[in-house]
Amino acid sequence: MPLVFAGACSHAPGITGRAERADPAARDAFYAAFDGLRQALEAARPDALVVVAAEHFANFFMNNMPAFAIGMAEHYDGPIEDEAWLGIRRRRIPGDRDLSQRLITDVMQTVDVAYAEEWLFDHGIMVPLHFLTPRFDLPVIPANINCQGPPLAPLSRAYEFGRALRRACDGVPERVALIGTGGLSHWPATPNSGKINEAWDRDFLARWAANRRDDLLSYSDADTYRDAGQGGFEIRTFIAVAGAAEGATGEVLFYRPIPAFAVGCTTAVMNLAGR
Amino acid sequence: MSLYYVQKLLYQLNRDAELRRRFAADTEAVLSSYELTAEERDAVRAADIGLLYVLGVNGQLLMHYAAFRGLEWGAYLEAMREGVRRHGPVRAGVYAMVQD
Repeated sequence: MPLVFAGACSHAPGITGRAERADPAARDAFYAAFDGLRQALEAARPDALVVVAAEHFANFFMNNMPAFAIGMAEHYDGPIEDEAWLGIRRRRIPGDRDLSQRLITDVMQTVDVAYAEEWLFDHGIMVPLHFLTPRFDLPVIPANINCQGPPLAPLSRAYEFGRALRRACDGVPERVALIGTGGLSHWPATPNSGKINEAWDRDFLARWAANRRDDLLSYSDADTYRDAGQGGFEIRTFIAVAGAAEGATGEVLFYRPIPAFAVGCTTAVMNLAGR
Repeated sequence: MSLYYVQKLLYQLNRDAELRRRFAADTEAVLSSYELTAEERDAVRAADIGLLYVLGVNGQLLMHYAAFRGLEWGAYLEAMREGVRRHGPVRAGVYAMVQD
């Protein structure tokens, strides 16, 4: 069944963990946008949701760091963070081992992806799920792109990872949805937390929505680090979604810098033909 | 290159409730099983978030270690700033402080 949904969103822990520190009007507008994304996802009637995340040293570490990984477990637990700190209760999230295995097998035709039979979800996955699948009942297949510890995979490989995920999802009978989650420019977990380069973000999102591959892949990591901070390395998740939606264009549904959340808060979808 | 092992300890503390319990009960025993310099051991033991930040500990790891050691958000951000004031710029990694 062709991929039924491709979207992208923010995942910063402050979105749920420090809600009271944000401007209430901005926060509520963003929460409403997240709920709109939930409705769009539900309208696609997915059987499973692939979440392309930028994991933050919760599962993968410098002792053995995969550039790309996909989960292959019956279920996952999260959040790994303190529940009060993140503002999300710990719970078990269903997976789909058999579907994971089939997707991984196909992705491996073109991408050397690692698989993981255990995975503790951190805010990078739990914050999106909190809004998009609030009952935590949709089977999730986590995927990870190393955006944390250089050397990082080139952007072109992130795009290819997305293309491989698309081919794999198109090839299974299940209705699979895909969401990428990451920050655009941001300096999380530094004294500059809250700094956001809005102009850079808007330019990136315009390139993403137009889904012009060469424009999306033209950033060097040095440029990104200078203009968008180390958090900007997470554009790989958005680029993977663009690769999965190759040939389609997208729409930025919401973008607003919310410094208390340390990121330009974003929801966006790709308009997959014929969905 | 024992910065790697500082980060490994923080990574494992973040993942493992049993290790957090042992760390609280017998900090020295846990510290002794990682290849750390005296400066690193002292900084971890004292929850010197500012020094750990300047040494180059990954921000995602340090953020959770700060919360584990009881620093609320504002105090955690201030501890990093204070670390840079006292010890100079971040020495390793990609989490350096930048000028606004």
